[in-house]
Amino acid sequence: MQPKFFQEFIESLKRFGTIYGPVRRNGVLKYDRVESVDEIELDGERPMIPVKKLFHPMKFNMFQFDKDGFTPDYSSIEKKVIVGVPPCEIHSLLRLDEVFMEQPVDPYYAKQRENSAIIGYSCLPGDDCFCKSTGTDIVEEGFDLFFVNLGEFYLVWVGSSLGHDMVLEREDYFDENVTHEDIEDYIEWRQARDKMFKVSFDFKSMPDIMELSYGSPIWDYFAGKCLSCGQCSMVCPTCNCYTVTDVLDVSSEPEGRRERFWDSCMFVDYSLVAGGHNFRGARADRLKLWYTHKMKAFANEYGKPACIGCGRCVRTCPVDINVLTVAEALTKMEVPAQ
Amino acid sequence: MTVCNHEDNNPFQPEAARIVRQHDLIKDHRFFQVRFVDMKRAMSFTYNPGQFVMLSIPGVGEAPFSISSTPSRPGILEMGIRRTGKLTEALFTKRDNDIIYMRGPYGNGFNLDQMRNKDIIIVAGGLGVIPLRSILYYVLDNRDQFGRLFFLYGARTPEEMLFRTEFFELKERHDIECLYTVDKATSEWSEDVGVVTKLFAKLPEIDPHQTNAVICGPPVMYKYVIQELLKLELPKNQIQMTLERRMKCGVGKCGHCALDHIYTCIDGPVFTYWDTLHFRELI
Repeated sequence: MQPKFFQEFIESLKRFGTIYGPVRRNGVLKYDRVESVDEIELDGERPMIPVKKLFHPMKFNMFQFDKDGFTPDYSSIEKKVIVGVPPCEIHSLLRLDEVFMEQPVDPYYAKQRENSAIIGYSCLPGDDCFCKSTGTDIVEEGFDLFFVNLGEFYLVWVGSSLGHDMVLEREDYFDENVTHEDIEDYIEWRQARDKMFKVSFDFKSMPDIMELSYGSPIWDYFAGKCLSCGQCSMVCPTCNCYTVTDVLDVSSEPEGRRERFWDSCMFVDYSLVAGGHNFRGARADRLKLWYTHKMKAFANEYGKPACIGCGRCVRTCPVDINVLTVAEALTKMEVPAQ
Repeated sequence: MTVCNHEDNNPFQPEAARIVRQHDLIKDHRFFQVRFVDMKRAMSFTYNPGQFVMLSIPGVGEAPFSISSTPSRPGILEMGIRRTGKLTEALFTKRDNDIIYMRGPYGNGFNLDQMRNKDIIIVAGGLGVIPLRSILYYVLDNRDQFGRLFFLYGARTPEEMLFRTEFFELKERHDIECLYTVDKATSEWSEDVGVVTKLFAKLPEIDPHQTNAVICGPPVMYKYVIQELLKLELPKNQIQMTLERRMKCGVGKCGHCALDHIYTCIDGPVFTYWDTLHFRELI
């Protein structure tokens, strides 16, 4: 597809749902409802809060309750077309699927997933990206359409029946004939992109290293620095934890809503049980759990580690605890140089 | 564009349940008998000993509670609840016939297949007897499916012994050996005095491979009870224990009961001693 058609094509997708994408709001790039397609920012900076927030919202109402009991509240669910999702974040949605779509299915997540179209968009690695190490730098499933920006033209992958319907909307924008030259351009782009990664780590060895380093003093070093602020969880595209609380309306009736909002295993009260016993009172234990899920395995059924190499923890942690520094320290068995 | 569909199965949907009867067990511990309001649901509701339910009070919140009754006595669900937080405080204001909300059952429960035709040792400390009461009565109600039954229970004082009358009535039965102890006795206490591990000396000879043990108690108790069971040469995977975590969802989504790569709410809350060696944060 020629770049000149891009905006008009996205405009035509409104028929399939409300357009969401990376847009700047008060100076901050975030996945949000798109007011006009020319405000979508695709090449360059990535939103700090990942696309998970559109499926697993920071805060929403699960139920409304009154004297007759609890009624599910699905009002947060909306038909969406999400534009500009990079490969690593498409992978993150596939990981979240394993948690939320596993029986019994989480109806809130599942309904939003079923009602969303994913329009993927290629990216070039930033300074902190290490998705090549985690095997999430390319994506073969999990999108309806995927645009690879090759400068002169977009190479468009069609990933679903819905994606195909979208193409048919503006069939004349797309050229079905892929020439040998186009393929060469694409291969060249891939090879150039591969060379752009500045950071990497040996992800494949991490499960074993994690298992064998359970008692390592390295954890105490990081625990001494960690502020338990939970920012790593908020920005991580695969952190799925949440907590639930009831909020009463201001009225004399027992009416209100059951809210669900993001939580972090870094918070001290995360593993607190009735009577005051805390199974993870020590900061080192909380860090260990987080990194076990990212680099060893998150839950029995899902098997694989959850890290998708987006580098958000690298950019966000105020005291430099992130997948790269932890992996390096555990691998070399020495703490990072100050 | 809003999409609405109310005809689905929402696993988080709390269902109305009636408190059929409730009474104090000991100070701050109350016994609740509960039944789903929907009669069909109430009669078809079944579970494994060792499973738990999520109880809700609108506006106060939701929390997990272990089931204390046995599925061999269907219709009514029993729980023993300690007053310890916001939700239990609100539960204690409820009276007979009041409505609360419930969903479940959740978790794996005890591995009954492994226990069948074996001798069973139940070891309870304090509040830990609440979930074990389920397996205790399950074995008694299906007496021909199990070998000998030993029930060891330790409480702090005679006044703090839960289900005291009930458990002393069990002593009259000949198909169960009941051994009770308290840390501090009063003058009328006829049973043992000391920690629960002291009771192991009173057990007859057992065949470790033909024996299964189930344990529940305060975190500090496990280590010492397990030492005793290992002295009897019980295989590590024939020692089952039920553990406590504060689940928010009960179905493996919210992450609160995660440890290593397992979720207590779906992979547990019953684990074997071998599991705890494997997943180091369990107890």
